[in-house]
Amino acid sequence: MKNIAILAENISKQYRLGEVGTGTLSHDLNRMISKLRGKGDPYLKIGDTNDRTTSGNSQYVWSLKDINFEIEQGDAVGIIGRNGAGKSTLLKLLSKVTKPTTGSFKVNGRIASLLEVGTGFNPEMTGRENIYLNGAILGMRKAEIDRKFDEIVAFSGVERYIDTPVKRYSSGMYVRLAFAVAAHLESEILIVDEVLAVGDAEFQKKCLGKMGDVSKEEGRTVLFVSHNMSAVQNLCNKGIVLSNGTTEFVGNVEESIQHYLKRNTDSINLLETKERKGSGVVKFAEINVFGATRETKPQSGQPFTMEFVLANNQQVNFADIEFDVRIDDQIGQRILWMSTTLMKETPNRVGNVVTFSMDRLVLNEGIYFITVYMTVNKDLSDWVQNAITFEVSEGDFYNTGKRVPALHSKVLVDYQVQYS
Amino acid sequence: MQQSKQPWTEIIQSKSSLFSVNLAEVWRYRDLLFLLVKRDFITFYKQTILGPIWFFIQPLLTMLVYIILFGQIAKIDINNVPQIAFFLSGITIWNYFSESLTKISTVFKDNASVFGKVYFPRLIMPLSIVFSGLMKFLVQFTLFIIVVLYYTYVEESIHPTIWVLATPFLILLMALFALGIGMIFSSLTTKYKDLTFLLTFGIQLFMYATPVVYPISAMPERLKWIIKLNPLSGIFECFRYGYLGSGTFETSDILTSTALISVLFIIGVIIFNKVEKDFMDTV
Repeated sequence: MKNIAILAENISKQYRLGEVGTGTLSHDLNRMISKLRGKGDPYLKIGDTNDRTTSGNSQYVWSLKDINFEIEQGDAVGIIGRNGAGKSTLLKLLSKVTKPTTGSFKVNGRIASLLEVGTGFNPEMTGRENIYLNGAILGMRKAEIDRKFDEIVAFSGVERYIDTPVKRYSSGMYVRLAFAVAAHLESEILIVDEVLAVGDAEFQKKCLGKMGDVSKEEGRTVLFVSHNMSAVQNLCNKGIVLSNGTTEFVGNVEESIQHYLKRNTDSINLLETKERKGSGVVKFAEINVFGATRETKPQSGQPFTMEFVLANNQQVNFADIEFDVRIDDQIGQRILWMSTTLMKETPNRVGNVVTFSMDRLVLNEGIYFITVYMTVNKDLSDWVQNAITFEVSEGDFYNTGKRVPALHSKVLVDYQVQYS
Repeated sequence: MQQSKQPWTEIIQSKSSLFSVNLAEVWRYRDLLFLLVKRDFITFYKQTILGPIWFFIQPLLTMLVYIILFGQIAKIDINNVPQIAFFLSGITIWNYFSESLTKISTVFKDNASVFGKVYFPRLIMPLSIVFSGLMKFLVQFTLFIIVVLYYTYVEESIHPTIWVLATPFLILLMALFALGIGMIFSSLTTKYKDLTFLLTFGIQLFMYATPVVYPISAMPERLKWIIKLNPLSGIFECFRYGYLGSGTFETSDILTSTALISVLFIIGVIIFNKVEKDFMDTV
């Protein structure tokens, strides 16, 4: 008989739009009065409509709708989906940070969730004190931390500074210490959000290795959310693909990744994404990535276009907008950085589409992520990390019919070889 | 279904009974409570050198103002107790109550970043506040004890009674009261942030409905019943009766206070428990 670690039955999570968020009693009273007088809601945010329900005047969004799955003990499950698909909501429900609107999770075993590393770290306190506090916040008993203390310190590699306040730590040390605490949680089920996007490559490898041990050797159940497909592929044996709050695919990890990539390579509507920072004066509304034509996928050595559609309701002039595009590879290494600030001039007019293009795509085959960052008059307006994923397929960059293995280089350049 | 036979260790769902307060879980997290209090203690000591000294300056200055305002100008009858001892007794325990209450009432807002990422019984946070508050209270209480000793043995103008021994119980009652009211307010402030202003203002007014700057005996007869409704009145009178040997304290007052506070505390816990499950969606 299979041992089920988590059984999700008809999980739904509903959020209300507009209705919440005024946050003050006077506003709510004002709204009630407006309603009584038959006027519109004075505080409903413009642009807060939601595409997913599209049922006219609905003020509700189903962030998750009728999710069903079962996870066996010892499985490592990758939860994948684009921004806003409901991954974070699912993790929040499982972490008991908030409760589902309907349905239930039946859980067998203690859950430890890592939605963030270093929750509750206090900069004034030393590394030692923070290990204890953070461990306790994550649900460890003091005796348990005592027992694992040396192991945690050794894993983090900050022995020398363990009695220094963490405010003097470099950000790398801080993250390493935080992850070390989390990695030593004793639980049957481990839930990990994309916490590996921080820290240097060496440490990332160490973390991934530790997580691999957790699932493969210790036989614990792991739920892992990431945009990093290679990490998901390495760590997980099962996959759940979420899309617009529903499970689109459940199966083994290769199939899940294939399924996700197929759906996710062309374009994305970004307006509903919550995972962004900035004032929102001008926002990214849509990103389209394509190859030689709108219908072709990007291919090495072929024309390549990234089209950014902006939500520019306030008619901001292009001259006041600066924007950067960064392309990262699967494991989060920065490959390309492009920016309007590098160009000679910006047109002095209003518009809402910015296109970056190159005649010959210099990226080698693989999966890439685009992070976009935009300022208006030097103030951060919109910043969406890993806004879109796209796949570059193999192409004949050097017109020789030969290719560079993706492992050797992510970037392809024109060059000459001379013999003399 | 074969799975349904499996014993689940935990079920996460939307509906739960109003009274399903999981005290066993709170107990399991007692180490966290201890470490949170320790954190407050450490960060308190790592403040500026003047940090702890402010704990003395603040009650002393307040006392000075009260002596001038209520002792000299308003000439409230405080039953021939030395003014310094009288006002300091009120200020010391009032500070503990009002500061605990203020902090608890914004506990969800202040800890949103932690609550949003990790689950632990939320009740731990308000509890840690009342425990951490004891630290500052002890500093100020020491100051008060010095004053009491001075007037008892040097001036011989006050005569402490056996009710001094009730102090721990009185503190417990005040902590429970601050928890009860604070948790009710904290649940409301998740939705209505402007209630925090009402509370700050309310606490100021409430001080005057509590025998902090006057003894109950100085109240006109027809208004006494209002003051007696306040659960803090019994506590303050008992405290003064213990240390200063003055006032109109009756045992029944403290029993009424205990009953009222217990009820408020239970209501607070229930409301808090209900809100904690999905407050993240509204904050």
